[in-house]
Amino acid sequence: MVTAGIEAATEPSSLHLREVCKTFRRADGAEVVALDRLTLDVAEGEMIALIGPSGCGKSTLLRMIAGLDRPTSGSLRVGSQPIDGPGAERGLMFQDPSLFPWKTVRRNIETGPAARGVLRSHRGEVDEYLRLTGLEPFADSYPHQLSGGMAQRAALARALINHPKVLLLDEPLGALDQFTRMRMQDEVVRIWRARRTTTVLVTHDIDEALYMCDRIVVMTPRPGRIERVMDVTLERPRHRNDPRFLELRAEILEMLHFAGDEPAEAEGVAS
Amino acid sequence: MTLATQLAETKAISPGRADRGAAERRRGLSSPAWALAPAGAAALGLALHLALPDRQPSAALRPFTGLLAAMLAGSLAMAALGRTSGRPGAWARHRSPLAAGIVLTLVAWDLLTLKLAWLPLPYFPGPDRVLGAMWEDREALALSAYHSLRLLACGYAAGAAAGLACGVLIGWSKSARYWGMPLLKVIGPIPATAYVPLAMVMFPNAFISGVALIGLAVWFPVTMLTSSGVADVPAAYLDVARTLGAGRAHLIFRVAVPAALPSVFLGLFMGLGAAFLTLIVAETLGVSSGLGWYLKWKQGYLEYAHVYAALAIMSLFFSGLMTLLFKARDRALVWQKGVIRW
Ligand SMILES: Nc1ncnc2c1ncn2[C@@H]1O[C@H](COP(=O)(O)OP(=O)(O)OP(=O)(O)O)[C@@H](O)[C@H]1O
Ligand SMILES: [Mg+2]
Repeated sequence: MVTAGIEAATEPSSLHLREVCKTFRRADGAEVVALDRLTLDVAEGEMIALIGPSGCGKSTLLRMIAGLDRPTSGSLRVGSQPIDGPGAERGLMFQDPSLFPWKTVRRNIETGPAARGVLRSHRGEVDEYLRLTGLEPFADSYPHQLSGGMAQRAALARALINHPKVLLLDEPLGALDQFTRMRMQDEVVRIWRARRTTTVLVTHDIDEALYMCDRIVVMTPRPGRIERVMDVTLERPRHRNDPRFLELRAEILEMLHFAGDEPAEAEGVAS
Repeated sequence: MTLATQLAETKAISPGRADRGAAERRRGLSSPAWALAPAGAAALGLALHLALPDRQPSAALRPFTGLLAAMLAGSLAMAALGRTSGRPGAWARHRSPLAAGIVLTLVAWDLLTLKLAWLPLPYFPGPDRVLGAMWEDREALALSAYHSLRLLACGYAAGAAAGLACGVLIGWSKSARYWGMPLLKVIGPIPATAYVPLAMVMFPNAFISGVALIGLAVWFPVTMLTSSGVADVPAAYLDVARTLGAGRAHLIFRVAVPAALPSVFLGLFMGLGAAFLTLIVAETLGVSSGLGWYLKWKQGYLEYAHVYAALAIMSLFFSGLMTLLFKARDRALVWQKGVIRW
């Protein structure tokens, strides 16, 4: 464990996905190709957005990077290390908050540090994340007492507090109202800038992708492939009503509209 | 704080206990007439008990007269308590119809036996004789209850501990499941009481064989339900914990076991029921002490007042243990409920 920690500390946390395919076999025996020869590199400290229509394999991809599922073929690496099973260095915030129902919000957030046996030195940070996500008044509530947006913020805090080197966020802010959502975007960007965590963000919101990320990866409908990769060159801190921001937004919308021949695609991303 | 969090805050507030009082008033259960009903029933019972002549021999000390007087005093105190506000008062109002029902049942029993002799002796003694037997034989009864409790506690603890360990093992490990499940299927469905003849010769003394029998009876349901609870833990919880860096011990004891607790408690309840049954059967068939043994002994002498006394103690004792387990479950599973109770 100790040696692995040292190795991991010297290993760059860039992501390298090569020709990744994932096929599921359905109960009726039919095969579903979720991902088809997907190749992508994410530089250390980069934040990329993954957008694409529903069912194109975004969650599947994140699960494979997290090490929870294996690709049918192809390879995934962090630095030079092949991904082999899940670990705390690759944090995944699931699309569904999946809070532990038997733990209070505070204890849910404490899970990572507790599992790694470093809770004592992280107590102060727990309070910080509770405050940051606006969950202080609900620290001792159980998940069934939370609204959907509150549960999502708790799940986000639970992922962030663990300081993963690669952070995988699957629609982390989807259940939030517009104001909370913008505030949480700022918080995530602030934390990301402080830590330089390699981040993959799945979102259906083009503004969110433009506001937060260095690059936007657009995926095709099933089977999921990379349709196009866009660099977002706006300097940070970004402004939501910067004319160049709006220009880029119009450009992406236009591109997505003409990007594929299936209308479902435009429908899937423009939300 | 944002608008959304404020809105959400109101959502988390659950309906309080105040609503229950209102519901009762609608049903008419806490009207003033009900508040005096237990006292009325006790007074009526006392009057009849004193006025009517006995048609059966009564116990020497006439303990039922004392009980009626005590119930009258208690009912009056309850009525007075019911006039106060706050939780004890609400409790008294809520329980007074039930108290009246209990008093009336005892009074009816007294009338049917001691006063009217409609039920034949020796099989149906009145409350007076049962109370008399309880008092007269208090030492033997207390000792029997103590022996039963000791045997039950040892057997239940052993069975529950073994069941939890086996259940977690079988639920978590594939190879433990491969070998364990067939064994469980073969041994489990046989009622533990069927092993009585075997257990009595296999173990060095009756107490140990009793512990083994009760343990076996508890072990099966606890193992079954613990293992299915652990095996059915939603994969999402395990996945989340893995990506947070949880090792195997954490996954088992901090994720799978807590998630399985509702099922585990079901097993513990079933185990407790099986333990009661096995305890009494073991005591009547082999172990020469305890309430089951006392019951059989007194029945042999047709001393039915003593039999009922033992049954009454058993009922108190078993329902007390059930209540204890319910309380433990409520504490352990607060997270499951819509409303947190304090
Ligand atoms: N365990 C599974 N078994 C069978 N098919 C699966 C499984 N998981 C995912 N799939 C299929 O793989 C495809 C991609 O699913 P995935 O959840 O990755 O989509 P997504 O891009 O995250 O969609 P959304 O935006 O709706 O979340 C879907 O067609 C889905 O039906
Ligand atoms: Mg998804």
